[in-house]
Amino acid sequence: MSETKSEVRGLSGKQLLSLRVNGEDHQVASYVTRSLLEVLREELNLTGTKHGCELGECGTCTVLVDGEPVYSCLMLGLESEGKEITTVEGLSQGGRPHPLQQAFSDLSAAQCGYCIPGILLTARSLLDKNPHPSRKEIEDGLAGNLCRCTGYTKIIEAVELAVRKQDAPA
Amino acid sequence: MKKNGFSVIGRPLPRIDGMAKCLGDTRYADDVTLPRMLFAKLLRSPHPHARIRDIAVDRALEHAGVHAVITGADLPEKFGIMPSTQDEEALAVDKVRYIGDPVAAVAAVSEEVAEAAARLIDVDYEVLDPVLSIESALGNGDNRIHSWNRSANVQKAVSFEFGEVDAGFEDADEIVEGTFFFQGNTHLPMEQYAALAAAAPNGKLTLWSSTQTPHYVHRALAKVLNLPMGRIRVIATPVGGGFGGKSDPFSHELAVAKLSMITGRPVKITLSREESFYVHRGRHPVKMWLRTGVKRDGTLQSMAFKSFLDGGGYSSYGLATVYYTGALQTVTYQLPAYKFEGVRVFTNKPPCGPKRGHGTPQPRFALEVQLDEIAEKLDLDPIDMRLRQVVEPNTTTVNGLHVSTIGLKECMEKVRERADWRSKHRQLPAGHGIGFAASSYISGAGLPIYWNDMPHSGVQIRADRGGGITVFCGSTDIGQGSDSILAFAVAEELGVTPNDVRVVTADTDLTPVDLGSYSSRVTVMTGNAAIQACASLKERLFEIAGEVLEVPPLDLEMADGQVRSRSLPDRGLSFVDCVEKAEVRFGTLGATGSYRPPRHPGDYKGAGVGPTPSYSYSAAIVELHCDAESGEIKIDKVWIAHDCGRAFNPLWVEGQVEGSVYMALGEVLMEEQVFRKSGLHKIPSMLDYKSPTTLETPPIETILVETNDPEGPFGAKEAGQGPLLPVIPAVTNAVYDAVGVRIHEVPITPDKILRALDARLKPTSVPQFDFPSPIRWRPGQGVSVPQKS
Repeated sequence: MSETKSEVRGLSGKQLLSLRVNGEDHQVASYVTRSLLEVLREELNLTGTKHGCELGECGTCTVLVDGEPVYSCLMLGLESEGKEITTVEGLSQGGRPHPLQQAFSDLSAAQCGYCIPGILLTARSLLDKNPHPSRKEIEDGLAGNLCRCTGYTKIIEAVELAVRKQDAPA
Repeated sequence: MKKNGFSVIGRPLPRIDGMAKCLGDTRYADDVTLPRMLFAKLLRSPHPHARIRDIAVDRALEHAGVHAVITGADLPEKFGIMPSTQDEEALAVDKVRYIGDPVAAVAAVSEEVAEAAARLIDVDYEVLDPVLSIESALGNGDNRIHSWNRSANVQKAVSFEFGEVDAGFEDADEIVEGTFFFQGNTHLPMEQYAALAAAAPNGKLTLWSSTQTPHYVHRALAKVLNLPMGRIRVIATPVGGGFGGKSDPFSHELAVAKLSMITGRPVKITLSREESFYVHRGRHPVKMWLRTGVKRDGTLQSMAFKSFLDGGGYSSYGLATVYYTGALQTVTYQLPAYKFEGVRVFTNKPPCGPKRGHGTPQPRFALEVQLDEIAEKLDLDPIDMRLRQVVEPNTTTVNGLHVSTIGLKECMEKVRERADWRSKHRQLPAGHGIGFAASSYISGAGLPIYWNDMPHSGVQIRADRGGGITVFCGSTDIGQGSDSILAFAVAEELGVTPNDVRVVTADTDLTPVDLGSYSSRVTVMTGNAAIQACASLKERLFEIAGEVLEVPPLDLEMADGQVRSRSLPDRGLSFVDCVEKAEVRFGTLGATGSYRPPRHPGDYKGAGVGPTPSYSYSAAIVELHCDAESGEIKIDKVWIAHDCGRAFNPLWVEGQVEGSVYMALGEVLMEEQVFRKSGLHKIPSMLDYKSPTTLETPPIETILVETNDPEGPFGAKEAGQGPLLPVIPAVTNAVYDAVGVRIHEVPITPDKILRALDARLKPTSVPQFDFPSPIRWRPGQGVSVPQKS
């Protein structure tokens, strides 16, 4: 465990981090060596973000940092200060599921569900930037998220369904 | 509104737990926390084979923040999933048998402290030579890995002969023989193993664990901890992928239980991804030899098969696996004579166990590839050759397996049509190919893991004056949707919607025993138990309703939230009303139901593996491109037809089929559990091990075939494992169609294709031919040869 950052800050124990997660401000006491993944799950009790490898090899821990998908296991909690973090808990608005969440549920796209939070956030980021992606663009967009249950088939169909619903008149 | 006469069955409704998963609300094992929780880490052996001379834990105990350290001496009782091969210890006592074998466990205030303390445990090993291959396991009499087995490093050898095998080969017009190798691979679920134990002062112990088999974990905890089962509660948290990898009781579960009992605090452990590769219990590497004799029209006469399984360091499910490699060859095509010999050996590698298909994908790969070779030799279409000899429904095979419904013909015909097979097979340009294979799998093993005559699955139902219905069952949802299946079955029977049904599962204190989510047993067995429980409840409800409505109970049905007359549909009362009146008459309402599979017809040792309530059937066609320069394969499309008996919900069954196809593609193209000469796992990380991303996964077209099996709940059979089997040989056969090489090994990696293509350019032998006697000549010994102009 490197002590460098805490030496730089002149502290060796826990530090106060100021984080903005899902639109809410938090002050968290955490070791500087903790990853954003660990801070979210263990300090903020936001267990919706999962870990699959903690090596940056599977995408399970994906969160959005200023709207971009990031593997939270490869980022320090410290590094997310001053940024907007979005986790799966922040996808629904006012108690209503995000259209992606609704589409995934409608098509039974989640099987064991463990990869789904990461995939939902990656998909949301994709749709925020490209509201009408082609199937190929959806596949490319989700290529950094592994799933062992679904073969991705219904996941991709659910993203397409969410796109159609967003286009449909209210 | 009703499809096939059903209100709920067959409708593409969402899973009952689907939205919670999408919201991030589902609590998996590592999401569960308790106050004052400690964290555990395991110390694992760095040697593949060694004796433990001594373990000193003093320095670890002295580390600040450490609450307890345990070793094998604290948990010496042996355990293991199969009662007759219990050769595991929670923590190694005398010997370690693979790199990664657990030897000690630490409970501390944080994972970092536990890890640091584990490094301070001093283990004095006497290093032994490792046994790392099937051949050395068979040849190595003196270097025993275990002492309990009869002959060194052989765990189990089996040998059967059914029908007249030799005569069958004599009758054959063509005999083809081949050797095959299927490399081992692992489950790689997205969720790593995790467990949390909480021992209470009153002597009760609770364990939350990511497990497919809480009942078997329950039994193992009782045995190893020497506690009555009634004092132990096992809760299987929602499992983030299992595929067979979470069906054994494990060291980490036993260790946290013991640590909690010692410290009086809850203790949690989460294994790292690397550790998951060591726990393993995955697909056995199997070497196979297969010989098949056929008539000129392709009709099977006789088959002989040998399998050699590399079992790793412990038995796990291996006793069943070795039998499975030889059991299901006979349930697809009619086979009058069959010989099977199989042997499982121990090696100093992580133990192999059940992975999706459990011992049947490997032999199915060999069989379907060899049939393709035979078809080519006889100039027959591979699908036609098979269609003419599909097993007939309601027949018994030569090895005593009873086949009820079999939709194999329909599956084969449907994929052939959808894939436009006839215009493509052997007609596509070089580098572009199409291949076919078919297979079968069980809908639940006919026998339980431990011998007993009790139900395999039990359901309790609760209904009361509020109109709420709760169904309790020990089954475990590992992502296949078993909780939703229960809701559907009960909703169908009681005429309500799935949303009206609350499902409580996988808690040994609250739910009746279900053996677990393995061998594709859950829909059939829990579904049938639920139907029986509903029938018991309905009998009382119909008695009341019959009186109130003044119609005979036989005339009544439950639908649309009502209990009403079939003949006079406007005579009905609401479900709630009926239940209220039933509470008055009968008191508090409850019902139980259970299921045991029918007895199997084979009465020979080993006949217990293979029988099932029903067999599912699958047929696959794969179209691909193979680059002869680089050896790389790109799958264009997979067509898969699966006879699932009845689809409770087409979305869920399709999901299982698509997932099975995906996992098959991973196995055939890239996945391998491989080791260095030192016994160290070469690639214990997800990226190095490789699993297909969206980029490697082709379009998958699924065709569901329904044969309405009489043993199935609403006719259902399995869907979670069968569709994996045909895809692997279909890819292999498509590679041959594309580039003309037969790869008898899985995975088919680019280097193997290139090596095979290379070998084709340099013939390895010349044909046999009896040349005429030679003309011998030396100068001066010539003979005048008359010139013929």
